[in-house]
Amino acid sequence: MGGKEEGMRLRYKDLLGLAHLTSEEIELILHTAAPFKKLFTRSIKKVPTLRGKTVAMLFYEPSTRTRTSFELAATRLSADVLSLAVASSSVQKGESLMDTALNLEAMKVDFIVLRHSVSGAPELLARGVRAHVVNAGDGNHEHPTQGLLDLFTIREKKKKMQGLTVTIIGDILHSRVARSNIWGLTKLGARVRLCGPATLVPADMRTAFGNGVEVTYNMKEALDGADVAYVLRLQLERQQENLFPSLREYHEFYGLDAKKLSWAKKDCLVMHPGPMNRGVEIDSVVADGPQSVILEQVTNGIAVRMAVLYLLAGSSSTLYVPAPEKAVERKAL
Amino acid sequence: MSRTVSAPALDKLLLDAAGIIAKIQALSEAIVKEFGKRPATLALVGIQTRGVILARRVADQLRKITGQQIPVGVLDITLYRDDVHAIADQPEVKETDLPFDIEDRPLVLIDDVLFTGRTVRSAMNALIDYGRPQCIRLAVLVDRGHRELPIGADYIGLTVKTTPEDVIDVNFKETDEEDSVRVRKWEAKKKE
Amino acid sequence: MKSAAPWARAQRPSESVPRRRPLLIRGGHVVDPRNKRDEIADILIEGQHVQKIAKIIKPTREMEVLNAVNLVVTPGLIDIHVHLREPGQEEKETIATGTAAAASGGFSAVACMPNTVPPLDNVSQIQFVMMKAKSEGYVRVYPVGAISKGQEGAELTEIGAMVRAGCVAISDDGKPVSSSKLFRRALEYARTFGLPVIDHCEDPDLARDGVMNEGRLAAVLGLKGIPRQAEYIMVARDIALCELTGGNLHLAHLSTKESIALVREAKKRGLPITAETCPHYFTLTEDAVADYNTNAKMNPPLRTEDDRAAVLAGLADGTLDVIASDHAPHTRAQKSREFDFAPFGIIGLETTLGLVLTELVAKKVLALPVAVAALTDAPARAFNLPGGHLSPGAPADLTLIDLKSRHTVKEFASKSRNSPFIGRTLQGRAVATIVGGDIVMQQGRLKKPNL
Repeated sequence: MGGKEEGMRLRYKDLLGLAHLTSEEIELILHTAAPFKKLFTRSIKKVPTLRGKTVAMLFYEPSTRTRTSFELAATRLSADVLSLAVASSSVQKGESLMDTALNLEAMKVDFIVLRHSVSGAPELLARGVRAHVVNAGDGNHEHPTQGLLDLFTIREKKKKMQGLTVTIIGDILHSRVARSNIWGLTKLGARVRLCGPATLVPADMRTAFGNGVEVTYNMKEALDGADVAYVLRLQLERQQENLFPSLREYHEFYGLDAKKLSWAKKDCLVMHPGPMNRGVEIDSVVADGPQSVILEQVTNGIAVRMAVLYLLAGSSSTLYVPAPEKAVERKAL
Repeated sequence: MSRTVSAPALDKLLLDAAGIIAKIQALSEAIVKEFGKRPATLALVGIQTRGVILARRVADQLRKITGQQIPVGVLDITLYRDDVHAIADQPEVKETDLPFDIEDRPLVLIDDVLFTGRTVRSAMNALIDYGRPQCIRLAVLVDRGHRELPIGADYIGLTVKTTPEDVIDVNFKETDEEDSVRVRKWEAKKKE
Repeated sequence: MKSAAPWARAQRPSESVPRRRPLLIRGGHVVDPRNKRDEIADILIEGQHVQKIAKIIKPTREMEVLNAVNLVVTPGLIDIHVHLREPGQEEKETIATGTAAAASGGFSAVACMPNTVPPLDNVSQIQFVMMKAKSEGYVRVYPVGAISKGQEGAELTEIGAMVRAGCVAISDDGKPVSSSKLFRRALEYARTFGLPVIDHCEDPDLARDGVMNEGRLAAVLGLKGIPRQAEYIMVARDIALCELTGGNLHLAHLSTKESIALVREAKKRGLPITAETCPHYFTLTEDAVADYNTNAKMNPPLRTEDDRAAVLAGLADGTLDVIASDHAPHTRAQKSREFDFAPFGIIGLETTLGLVLTELVAKKVLALPVAVAALTDAPARAFNLPGGHLSPGAPADLTLIDLKSRHTVKEFASKSRNSPFIGRTLQGRAVATIVGGDIVMQQGRLKKPNL
């Protein structure tokens, strides 16, 4: 493991997105996740590190996978977990986000893990509470722990990040996973290619994240020489919005099957944030094939989330975000 | 992290390089005395960071005495500290690697300095979360007193009377500039 | 010019109307664009009207004298795009607090939009606003009536009756008029009364669910964008319908460079169009929402630097005639919501003049008389209002401005606080507002007029 300065810590009390993190902070989280992953091989997978801390899961959108991953991460650190699933119908009519959060704060909760359908909601929360806010996915904006576990997975397999070509395929427009990954990958020196139908890959993406991003609508070009093929989940409802004409057409042109995968490097990794629509954006033979690391992503997710909780607990900062700055300049942090 | 030793006028040398070699020899002989010349399943566990260096040197010495390579495990206790979030600098979680099954194995836990006993308490909790050892013995290079928990070492290189304000610096060539054990007062300027 | 709605002399039961002494405003730098006056002069007010303006007017013992040396004296500022929220949303603002905010900001008159609850779409509602304004207002209030019943975009309101009751323009603001056919009819029918028709230009399908300008920043923030085309498609449509009908078209809160270019071209062809913009479109860009600040969320949204430059150019060459605030109060609770759920709009009555003076006059984008015209002469002409000038016989509405005064935006007379300018330092502010000869605001202190 690379040497790190003693006392290196995260600058902010919350994890709202990868856009705000420096490459050093990202490295710190990845570096810290490794020993946590090692714990999974023991029979006692717990450590007492966050004993006495309470982690509240405030999920305004249903999610089994991310929530259980966070719950396991918190439990393995010996923290107490409080799970609040807010029905989506009560979001607009019921208690406001801030009121819910202030109530939690009054109950002396240390962490709030928030998943919400509106971009920017964790930022609103972080401004108003002293607890550490972890963004578990906000609207189309970011899903930082997903981005981090994806980076961890790639680094573990490829031993490096600099100079890799990572192709992200699918509905980039609506994907918070894509945005977090783009920030993380470009900050660590990888090249990113975005591919999908033009309705789902806005041209603005070419310049919105700095210089390391290419956009193409042609899968062959996108996968040519790629080290990682990252497939995004296609939300089937988008067909109603006329963003693509049919699943069949989408699969024909953009679904990752064995043939398209062969355009990439022989050892290209196949990744997917889950849950998968088999036969739509990805074929089973690829998802279950030797190049797939999809299940490892899940394992790594717990380790990364443990690292995040651990590092945030040690952050004495009261700052929640940096001052507003132009989106492009964030890359230069 | 290496430390430049402080100016000689402000500290006292307790052990020089030769002294350390002698103490390691003494610890190793004590271990052999207890576990015999052919310790079947014995393993050493060094506490990060200087305890690891010490454990490896003890293992080398044991190999010279017994002809056997005793396995050495590496233990980081950061996640088990009782003060992990209260300290000023968030410590880095270093490697833990126990390349053997702990179950029913006698272990010698090794650290450079025994002081309040809290580090050893954390180390024991960590080890027991890995399994149920047959027994745990504690070997330290320096015992400086001032226990805050009922912990005692089984094998001690050097016992030193200190005040709580004293600072014991154990330096190993692998990470610092020399092999030595020094004591100085807290006020003395220390170059990091 | 249409005759002004009558302001009956009201007498409150508990007070008798004192015999007013003539008011002499002395030594001010008078800027009256309509009369092309830009010089030091004295102004004599008798009763509710301007009596005389001359280089020197000798004060008599009868006169009350207001010293305006080192101040700029303009016709009372007029804000023709204001949401007073009464009836129905009094938690955000009332006619009393909104007009107090107007007076604080140096405005002597406002035109209020009809998207209240219920909307101002019939005579009773217009009369309600007129009455409330008379009894509780600090400045003149000119109601704008709805174009369609309930602002639903289907049937025309009784425009003639509303005009008789005091309405000065019609609009479905808040919303666009989607039906081109209805908008055509509105333009034609309003011609009967010489009434301007205001449109909030937005293609509702393109803009649906959008919360900020569509572009690179929206892509990064993961927020749904409102494309600029949503605005200028409707601007183009409205210009075409204006050409078809010859009706008086007033385009509200223009924000994009394409809209401004279309208006420039239409005016060259002599079409009866007036165009309006707001201070936030010449001061801020979409970067103001980069941290999800809902106090910078409004509709039309803040755009890019190119658009901001186009707004400045449009003001400089007269394409944009009017500067209005689009004062849109919302409570703190309403704005402290997730970005998508927070309502659109910011307050502006108390920051408009300061922003005009700081961003346009001090930065030499507009000469002072041109900037003053955008706040006085131009809005008065656009809606056929009395005032906006200081000719003898004009209503005695005046604003006294200290160009040098630096202040930080902090306190508001408005009930709401949803402004992205809090904490900003502005240069120049109104130190007195006079309505009908009554000093309704002096150094921040307010007093109701006897109108």
